[in-house]
Amino acid sequence: MEITLIFWLVPSLIMFCCGVYGFITRRNMIAMLISLELMLNSVDINFALFNRYLFPGQMEGMFFSLFAIALAAAETALAIAIILNIFRKVKNVDVQGLDTMKF
Amino acid sequence: MNSVGSIILYAIVTLVMVVCSVLTVTTRKILRAATYLLFTLFGAAVLYFMLGYEFLGGVQIAVYAGGIVVLFVFAILLTGKPADNAERLTAKSTFLGVFAALAMLGVGAWALCSRVTRMLTGAAMPEKAQETVDQIGEQLLSSGHGGYLLPFEAISVLLLACIIGGVVIARKR
Repeated sequence: MEITLIFWLVPSLIMFCCGVYGFITRRNMIAMLISLELMLNSVDINFALFNRYLFPGQMEGMFFSLFAIALAAAETALAIAIILNIFRKVKNVDVQGLDTMKF
Repeated sequence: MNSVGSIILYAIVTLVMVVCSVLTVTTRKILRAATYLLFTLFGAAVLYFMLGYEFLGGVQIAVYAGGIVVLFVFAILLTGKPADNAERLTAKSTFLGVFAALAMLGVGAWALCSRVTRMLTGAAMPEKAQETVDQIGEQLLSSGHGGYLLPFEAISVLLLACIIGGVVIARKR
C-alpha cells in the first residue's frame, strides 16, 4: 500500500470541519479561539503536503507554513490580551453576554 | 511501496489527529479542549517529521505546543472556573454548526473527488534532497529569486507591533 497525497488530505479536511463546527457552536471566546487554531493548523498541514508531494525540489510551502505559524502565534497573543481585558471589565467571556461596546 | 512501520505510524497519527480534533470541539470542559488541542498539534508535528520537514516539525512543537497552548491554559485559568461544564448546546446552534461543517466537508470532498484518480495514481512521496537548516536560512534571508527577505522583515515588524499591542492592551489601568 502506498500512502498517497489523498490519504493525508482527508484527516486535514476533517480537522478543518471540526474547527468550523466548534467556531459556530462554542460560546466561550477562548474555546472559539481554540477552534480557530484547529482550522489554521489544518491549512498549515496542507501547505506542507502539497509542497512535499507535488514540488519536492522547492521549499515554498514550508515557508508558507512557517509564516502562518508565526502569524497564528501573534494573533493568539493579541486575542488573549483582548479577552483578558474584557474579562476584567465585565467578568464574563461568553460572546452572548457582550452586547455593549462602551463601558 | 511504504514500509509496514510507516503505514502503522500513518494510522496512529491520523487516528490521533481526527479523534482529538473531534474531542476538542465537543468536550464540555474547556481545559480538556486545550489538552486535546495539544495532542492534535503533536500529531501534526509527527506528520511534518514523516514528510521530512524536521525544522517545521520542531517549530510546530516549540511555538504551538510550547507557546500557544500554554498561553491558552493561562487564559483559561485566569478567566473563570475551568472545572465547570459549558452549558448544553441548544438544538438551533447544534444544527447550525453541523450544517456549516457538513457544507464545508461537502465542498472539500467534492474538490478531492474530482481529482481522486490523479491523487491515487499520483504515486508515492517523491524522493527529495534533505534540506539543511543552512539552506533554509539562506533562502529565508536572500533577496534574489525565490528569496524571502521582505516577508521575513515584514513579519518581524508585525511581531514587534504585536508585542507592544499585547502589553498595551493587557496592562492594568
